[in-house]
Amino acid sequence: MSKQNNINAAGTQKSGGIHMIKVAPYIFTAPFVIYFLIFFIYPITETFWTSLCQQVGFAPPKFAGLANYKLLIDDYFVMAVQNSTLYTFFTCLILVPLPLMLAVIIDSKFMFKADIFKSALFIPALTSVVMAGLFFKYAFSSNPSALMNAFIGFFGIPPQGWLENRVTTWIVLVVFCVWKWLGVNIVYYLSALQTIPKDLYEAATIDGANAWERFLNITVPGVKPTIIYVLTISIYGGFSMFAEAFTLFNSARTPGDIGATIVSYIYAQGFNRNNFGLASAAGITLLAGVMIINIIQLKITDPVGKSDD
Amino acid sequence: MNKKKIGLTILATFVVAIFAVIAIMPFFFLLISSFKPGSEMIRNGLQFKFDFQNYKLGNYALLLTEREGIYLKWYINSIVIMVIQVATGLFFSSLVGYGLAKYKFKGRNVLFMLVLLVMMVPVEILILPLYKEINSVNLIDTYAGVVLPFIVPATGIFFFRQFASGLPTEIMESGRIDGCGEFGIFFKLMMPIMLPAYGAMTILLAMGSWNSMVWPMIVLRTSEMQTLPIGLQSLLTPYGNNYDMLLSGAVMSVLPILVVFLLNQKTFIAGMAAGSVKG
Repeated sequence: MSKQNNINAAGTQKSGGIHMIKVAPYIFTAPFVIYFLIFFIYPITETFWTSLCQQVGFAPPKFAGLANYKLLIDDYFVMAVQNSTLYTFFTCLILVPLPLMLAVIIDSKFMFKADIFKSALFIPALTSVVMAGLFFKYAFSSNPSALMNAFIGFFGIPPQGWLENRVTTWIVLVVFCVWKWLGVNIVYYLSALQTIPKDLYEAATIDGANAWERFLNITVPGVKPTIIYVLTISIYGGFSMFAEAFTLFNSARTPGDIGATIVSYIYAQGFNRNNFGLASAAGITLLAGVMIINIIQLKITDPVGKSDD
Repeated sequence: MNKKKIGLTILATFVVAIFAVIAIMPFFFLLISSFKPGSEMIRNGLQFKFDFQNYKLGNYALLLTEREGIYLKWYINSIVIMVIQVATGLFFSSLVGYGLAKYKFKGRNVLFMLVLLVMMVPVEILILPLYKEINSVNLIDTYAGVVLPFIVPATGIFFFRQFASGLPTEIMESGRIDGCGEFGIFFKLMMPIMLPAYGAMTILLAMGSWNSMVWPMIVLRTSEMQTLPIGLQSLLTPYGNNYDMLLSGAVMSVLPILVVFLLNQKTFIAGMAAGSVKG
């Protein structure tokens, strides 16, 4: 901003131009600062402190050191971490490459009525978890004539008690998650695909590259930032998954803890048993895990540096 | 050559069509089942058989009459909470995002890093201390208790910052010359040109609010105060006797969004994708 303008502004503004320009940004951003202190720093500090205390119910907390963290290792928290990790791994394995391939197909000149299919694929993103959970709970019912058992019956596979075993519960949860996010990820990839210059493909075709080579050497590098983004939100989403499991079992606890996730553990300890100390220790463990992933991700993508250009 | 093109068109469309059918299947089945007695689905699961002569509209009438119209109360609660959440969220996040984008000031980068931090920490970690916090100020079972912890959405700040960064600074300069204060510039000059961003964010925040389950479930304790997702979820108790309104209620909770979506697909998809804008 030129000096001339500053002087002009100062001269004509009743509220004192130069002074206001210095103060205004702090007023604009004040809501976030206040919000950050009350609804972020305070709760995180509180969780950290509580995780070091023995606190059941609203009784005053008693300092207990790392006792809660030791309890976690012996509790079904370990199983919850395993479930969340495997669930995250498999959802990433599907939800990163599959939507990219579908987006490339939808974007290709061979696709018929692309807009209709795009809209249909997007509908799950509009549906609440509760509504979708109703479908998955009863489509994967253990009844032999229920939807999914009838379907696998076609292939000669005997009916399963889907939500009664650990492995089949994982399958249901992964299918649920893929169903919900596939369309959104396709939309992300589709908008990234528009940024790749079309003549790159033409040049490669002239050079004799086949469709698969063009995909690997032009498309994948071209949408790399989006791939990283989709991977990141899939990891966050995976580790903080709770609502899906809750709607399938209608409870934060599941028989034999087959559907336990890290967050459902926090919920069950905190709200069902009022064991705030143990729940907080689980929360801090999850936070530590997420922060490690964040740091790795920030190192790779550097969002601040890039957008400051 | 032409034959090859037709073959590829059929193949491409067929592959995508399979996934599209899977995507709309749950809605289709729940719609069909919503005309049958709810207990049938609870007992036998969803079935692939249609006996249309037994279908009744009675499940939809129940929504108005059952438990003195509790379903309508959930609907109103959902709408009220959504309106408050969207209005406050848009206002605060655009204010902060604009401030971060359009002013150079000490601490700007630190603040932006903190916004990213809030975006990255899953809110599920905070539900317990937030519950204690909201409880200590007696806001359990109130709309304010649902809205307050998310009143300045970090995603919104990030989005408005990206959007405002791309706007010409000359508008601010000329506003200053015309004697506008810094807030006049924001409200009179910048807000109108940020309308597309407000549109996209409205969709993103409204969808988030309408479908949100975990936090409202913790705060809203009495049935009269609950929103649609948790109200419907509460019908699933083992001793429930309201199964008949479960599916019709679920269908009616999605239907308005579906209609709005089908009328403005492009805006909707752009709005939801707005959450992903990076760098």
